[in-house]
Amino acid sequence: MPLLEIEDLSVSFTTGDGEVNAVNGVNFSVDRQETLAIVGESGSGKSQTAFAIMGLLARNGRAAGSVRFDGTDLLKLSPRQLNKVRSREIGMIFQDPMTSLNPYLKVSDQMAEVLQLHEGMSKKQAIEESAKMLDAVKIPDARSRIGMYPHEFSGGMRQRIMIAMALLCRPRLLIADEPTTALDVTVQAQILQLLADIREEFGTAIILITHDLGIVADACDRTMVMYGGQIMEQASTEALFAKPTHPYTKGLLAAVPRLDKEDDELLTISGEPPDMSRLPQGCPFTPRCPYRRDECPTIKPPLEEFEPARWRSCHAPVPEVTS
Amino acid sequence: MSILSVKDLRVTFDVPKRGAWPWTPPMKLQAVGGLSFDLEQGQTVGLVGESGSGKSTVARAIVGTVPATSGQILFEGTDLASMSVGDRRRHRRDAQMVFQDPLAALNPRMTVGDIVAEPLTTHYPEMKRAEVKKRVGEIMERVGLLPNLVNRYPHEFSGGQCQRIGIARALIMRPKLLICDEPVSALDVSVQAQVVNLLKELQRDMGLSMIFIAHDLSVVKHISDEIVVMYLGRIMEAGPTHEVTTKPRHPYTQALISSVPIPDPVLEKARPRPVLEGELPSPLNPPSGCVFRTRCPKARPDCAEPKDRRQYENGVRVDCPYFEVKDALAV
Amino acid sequence: MAKHANPDADILDEVQEPVNEQVKGRSLWADARDRFFKNKAAVVGLIVLFFVTAFAIFGGLISQYEPQTVDFSLMGAMAVNGSPSIETGHYFGVDFEGRDLYARVVQGTRVSLMVGVVGALVAVVVGTLYGAIAGYLGGKTDDVMMRLVDVLMSIPFMFVLILMLVIFGQSIFMLFLGIGLIAWLDMSRIARGQTLSIKNKEFVEAAIATGVRPLTIILRHIVPNLLGIVIVYATLLVPQMIIFESFISYLGLGVQEPSTSLGALIRQGTQQMNNGTLWMLAYPLFFFLITLFAFFFVGDGLRDALDPKDR
Repeated sequence: MPLLEIEDLSVSFTTGDGEVNAVNGVNFSVDRQETLAIVGESGSGKSQTAFAIMGLLARNGRAAGSVRFDGTDLLKLSPRQLNKVRSREIGMIFQDPMTSLNPYLKVSDQMAEVLQLHEGMSKKQAIEESAKMLDAVKIPDARSRIGMYPHEFSGGMRQRIMIAMALLCRPRLLIADEPTTALDVTVQAQILQLLADIREEFGTAIILITHDLGIVADACDRTMVMYGGQIMEQASTEALFAKPTHPYTKGLLAAVPRLDKEDDELLTISGEPPDMSRLPQGCPFTPRCPYRRDECPTIKPPLEEFEPARWRSCHAPVPEVTS
Repeated sequence: MSILSVKDLRVTFDVPKRGAWPWTPPMKLQAVGGLSFDLEQGQTVGLVGESGSGKSTVARAIVGTVPATSGQILFEGTDLASMSVGDRRRHRRDAQMVFQDPLAALNPRMTVGDIVAEPLTTHYPEMKRAEVKKRVGEIMERVGLLPNLVNRYPHEFSGGQCQRIGIARALIMRPKLLICDEPVSALDVSVQAQVVNLLKELQRDMGLSMIFIAHDLSVVKHISDEIVVMYLGRIMEAGPTHEVTTKPRHPYTQALISSVPIPDPVLEKARPRPVLEGELPSPLNPPSGCVFRTRCPKARPDCAEPKDRRQYENGVRVDCPYFEVKDALAV
Repeated sequence: MAKHANPDADILDEVQEPVNEQVKGRSLWADARDRFFKNKAAVVGLIVLFFVTAFAIFGGLISQYEPQTVDFSLMGAMAVNGSPSIETGHYFGVDFEGRDLYARVVQGTRVSLMVGVVGALVAVVVGTLYGAIAGYLGGKTDDVMMRLVDVLMSIPFMFVLILMLVIFGQSIFMLFLGIGLIAWLDMSRIARGQTLSIKNKEFVEAAIATGVRPLTIILRHIVPNLLGIVIVYATLLVPQMIIFESFISYLGLGVQEPSTSLGALIRQGTQQMNNGTLWMLAYPLFFFLITLFAFFFVGDGLRDALDPKDR
């Protein structure tokens, strides 16, 4: 049984302009100790998927479908039970660490609070354990710096603190939502290295949500590409990058400027990212797709396993796209 | 003659000490320390560096919104600091800027047409409205926007379209120099490529000279003829794009290139990825001597001495006496 | 695949709006207006304000008496004969001197509204410009300008105003002057704070780089983006001004007889409370309260409409 199994997950928001569907019927699973990348641009629904798993949707949002973590459907749990799973079994880190750290509390207090509450440790034990965890995320001089306030750390160090906090209760799944987007490239490399080490050391499965295909290639076993709230393609990272079978994935890979290639002109995907309140009935990529056919705007292509462990949702046949 | 020539530019900001008396002398933050480069007509120079490297301050010094503390910025041979009022006005017409955050760069209370027209109405207040409208329509079409959108407001556009509006505003005066400060880093990947290509195309058609600033070396590589790699306000390495990106010499450039992940799992797993330790030191208290030495894998004791470390090899300037030429994919 | 050779060309039209006609944009103001009209309390407040204003301006037309005319026929029997009645033409009854209360409430509402609106208007215009200029120019200018505000704020203005009214005599002009002098101080601080954050936005930088003159930048780029918060503050300032004027008038230092204001009428009403003539208090108090409530609701609605992020 996979660690996390998501079936037909949908997320919708009630806004002043009516109903907005951020995620439409998403299916995927995460195995133990696996790293899954969810790739997408703004409005692809990748972050909302994560929030739905964590039960952290905004107040006007609703999730439907099922999110089974180790056999339990998280969407059916009471807020209290969910809170327990969320803090002990699933950790989450965000793009901007400063928003999730309380600026008025010392790092030691914030970290110890989690352990006192969920593991029933004494304050002294909890601080000792927190310092060990800060060591594990390679914060130099952790023991003396644990008493400092969040703003006294640099951006990269704050992200390390967030990771340490998420790992305190030794969760089995870590969801990282754009963990390196706010960081410089040299620091990004450090954090990615750290995430890889953590997986080795703690055996944590990781869902890495990002818009950066470079990071995915570097760090993930499996990759899922989302667009307009739907999964476009899913495969092992090697297979996906070697032979993208969805027009969107193909376009995205061609559009990334690469350090190792000497092409003069970048290939582009024309048009703009989708407006989530006005999605086409069929495939959301239709207006920008060079392979679109007559049925695309009206009939939603199903997500099909066309090769073992490779899924895609597209009406155009594979050979036409890959040629 | 180069269209723009920056000579030993230094920009220092005063940072008031927290909790100090109003008359206590402020701390000095050197954002740019001795930067020199030349930009030839119709060419593009890329400034690369992480946050805090001073690359945006350089841009602002060249447009003239931040005064240079010392050094010279020669625009078509005239120093910005010694310009008369009239010259300065002409410079404001000739050097235009494109900003990082496409939506924040547009006044939310103005229509797109008014935003794009603002440079025109500022410099030619006597221009007829019909003429302004015609020019706005032309430039909107040129950047790939339909001219009938002039009555809309910025919040009704996507990020990529907002950036096109920003570019239209910058180009309506037909400037000679365009300074792009991280123009694509806030955009989605699929839209980034559109904007980069648009800028290249416009440069070709309008004979623009460009300064392209970004933290992402792979984007800069695609658009620049020359690259200047900056760290903490200083030049680490500068030279033709091909040389710098394929055969990096300075340890910092090498570290920067090795930190940029390549979207190819096979290649990525095969290449060694030494990770640079630590983070950027505070610009208020930079290391002595070579500013990179605190993170440099090759640092030696004499790197702390203040001296000129400039070396030239194969048309590339490297500010490190211990540099080695390495292959980009092998660092 | 041939037809996809240049996908840009054919897709561009579809992605963007239909061509040919000029597309009308929806400004942030239009969005705010829609949000405002969805707020029921605010709309009711606006309607009430409309009626109160209409009452203040046109109410005199259906009055049977002049506000200053004393109805001598009621002399000595005010509590009995002076009560509100349609037949006598004293719709709201008469006041303690036998003057028609309806006509006086119309006049009082007019004066109170005027003091409130004009006072708030002066405060808003002066305060916004002062604050925007101080915030935009920054540095020493800002220091000097804001320290001046601090100094003025530290003066006990109620005391000074009362002294002014006593020394220079009571007049509407003095009242305006006094209220105007105080009210813009808060406004300027708010405007300056906002300006500081707007000034660092890239669109202001773009304008500076283009060479737009500072005054134009303030008027074109800063002030319109301040207006949201300024309008909200102004609608909350109007009732504050009305209360302030009423308080001064209640002390007997405000509007001079024979002119009157809601505050003065309420004062006279309370003095007669023991004589069984409660209507003398009730009518002006009613208009006073509904006006205040209406302004508060409208202000609240405006705040939500103009700044939806706060919700």
